[in-house]
Amino acid sequence: MQTKRLGVAFAALSLLALSACGGGDGSSTASGQGFKVPNIPAQKALGAGEGEVNIVNWAGYAEDGSNDKSVDWVHPFEKQTGCKVNSKVAGTSDEMVALMKTGEYDAVSASGDASLRLIAGGQVAPVNTALVPNYADVFAGLKNKPWNSIKGVAYGIPHGRGANLLMWRSDKVATAPDSWSAVFDQGSAYKGHVTAYDSPIYIADAALYLMSAKPDLGIKDPYALDQKQFDAAVALLKQQKANVGEYWSDYTKEVQAFKSGDSVIGTTWQVIANLVAAEKTKVGTVLPKEGATGWSDTWMVAAKAEHPNCAYKWLDWIVSPKVNAQVAEWFGEAPANSKACAETSDKSFCTTFHAADEAYFSKVHFWTTPIAQCLDGRTDAKCVDYAQWTRAWTEIKG
Amino acid sequence: MSGLAPTTLPGRPASLRRRAAALLHRRPLVRLGLLLSAPMLWLVVAYLGALFAMLLTAFWSTDTFTGEVDRTFTWQNFQDLWTGEVYRTIALRSVAVAAGVTVLCLAIAFPMAFYMAKVARPRWRPYLLIAVLTPLWAAYLVKVYAWRVILADDGLLNWALGPLGARGPGYGLTATVLVLTYLWLPYMILPIYTGLERLPDSLLDASGDLGAGTLRTLRRVVAPMVFPSIAAGSLFTFSLSLGDYITVKIVGGRGQLIGNVVYDNIGAANDLPFAAAVATVPVVVMLVYIAAVRRTGALEEL
Repeated sequence: MQTKRLGVAFAALSLLALSACGGGDGSSTASGQGFKVPNIPAQKALGAGEGEVNIVNWAGYAEDGSNDKSVDWVHPFEKQTGCKVNSKVAGTSDEMVALMKTGEYDAVSASGDASLRLIAGGQVAPVNTALVPNYADVFAGLKNKPWNSIKGVAYGIPHGRGANLLMWRSDKVATAPDSWSAVFDQGSAYKGHVTAYDSPIYIADAALYLMSAKPDLGIKDPYALDQKQFDAAVALLKQQKANVGEYWSDYTKEVQAFKSGDSVIGTTWQVIANLVAAEKTKVGTVLPKEGATGWSDTWMVAAKAEHPNCAYKWLDWIVSPKVNAQVAEWFGEAPANSKACAETSDKSFCTTFHAADEAYFSKVHFWTTPIAQCLDGRTDAKCVDYAQWTRAWTEIKG
Repeated sequence: MSGLAPTTLPGRPASLRRRAAALLHRRPLVRLGLLLSAPMLWLVVAYLGALFAMLLTAFWSTDTFTGEVDRTFTWQNFQDLWTGEVYRTIALRSVAVAAGVTVLCLAIAFPMAFYMAKVARPRWRPYLLIAVLTPLWAAYLVKVYAWRVILADDGLLNWALGPLGARGPGYGLTATVLVLTYLWLPYMILPIYTGLERLPDSLLDASGDLGAGTLRTLRRVVAPMVFPSIAAGSLFTFSLSLGDYITVKIVGGRGQLIGNVVYDNIGAANDLPFAAAVATVPVVVMLVYIAAVRRTGALEEL
């Protein structure tokens, strides 16, 4: 009896607490991209630093020398600005979105499949680029893109970009592939040893391949799929599953799988290929002729940042030529700052990673969150949104 | 018997402590309530509260784009769960893996426990017990990653089996069952060992004297007596396997279990309500399992 009553009391309490957490900003405008953008003003001027800054970032984006003594751009920042950096590493874009929702962080290094969700959710504010002097040197090809701006208003500072490449074991794969068909239509040659990225966003890789393999489907953008196109991509992935040995999301797992030979062909990041090669395993990588999916990261500032001045100082620091070069080399991606190429320790670095090669990146379709309104501008079709991508991914893995 | 509590005596000012003691003496219900309030609070708030919150969340939905939880009642999650063929497949697969692990654990644990409790010299028993417990000293992840290396294409297992012309299972469900069996084996051995230790040796002798063979003794004497222990052990191995999602992620190849669906929906999709709905499945399975075990009367004898 007592237990029952206590339970009811607790239920009532929890309901109360939960409903109190709801609510949000009242005013908003349409983005022109099919979702409402809350009206949040950008910061007008910079004040004095608040003494600390809390950031959410990808692994390797805020190194303080704890992984490698020579890799440290956090301490110099703290020394120069007096802002202590508290870094929280997130493993996936979805984790980043969830972390930013807590309201405890000031800045985030969001990929394109997180940035729009953060903007729509009102978690981030537009960025006043005039307060970030180094923004001027960022490659023009990275500015005012659909994933980091709304109607010409910048919501963040580009950090760097890279492509999801095709990697293979040179000793196990006879002829070097130049097409994604190696992991899709011809994957059966490596039955049980094909690997793929374990995230719903990988559906875009299949869609990208279908763009050229089945042109009659009419896919223009791998993130804007109507039901028919989406079903075709899902069917292709289900067919691929028979040849997949394992799906990877943890990059150390992929390094080990390629080293041991459990995986011999599949998608990769450049940094993984470098690590595998460092383990004395012969691998080749290529940007296949169909192009590739990729990521372009953006540093964004929280709408309710407690330490906005330190956050702006961090944004300017991370894209300053020297630091941007350090980050890019450590992570293995193309830097965003055009002057960073002169600062890399490996002088051919920017060439290897195609930093200034817009022709190369024109073949890269950067991760973007699929939404119901087609991102490729079609108005006569309804596209499949990310929720369904997620459910479909569970179904593909079966 | 004086019958009267000191506080009722006239002219004697009672201290607060005494009065409280008297109150507790006179009202057994209050006494019981105070005694149980702390554990009750723990049970209700931390344990049932969490379960209840999960159940409540399962009836909400998520705005998939912004990730905001929409707090309006809906059956949609359970409908999706019920109609989606893939979730049925995954649920059945998870139950099958948990059952497989339990059976394998039992097959290995029973002879080991029997040897430890009945065959080995008594002075060796503590050492054998320690030997069984040692794997528990190492971290879970370390053990699973070690198995990942063992099961790798160029790993220890293939190297050892190579001369025999055989190959290991590679990453997949077989590997998952194998590793989970390794992980949870101590939880099966320990209860069976305790159960066997309580079984008097004289019963085995008597059974033999009356003409029962080894198998018959096992079946008619040992098995019924240690059945509650086996049931207890199986509760551990079954529930631990049913909820596991890390092992399958590391050695399961492309396989996924119910824990992975929950994890993916929280971690990747940020769809807490659907994850909560999926999470009710193992809860229901475990309730059914416990009810089944209870029917056999094993729980009462524990």
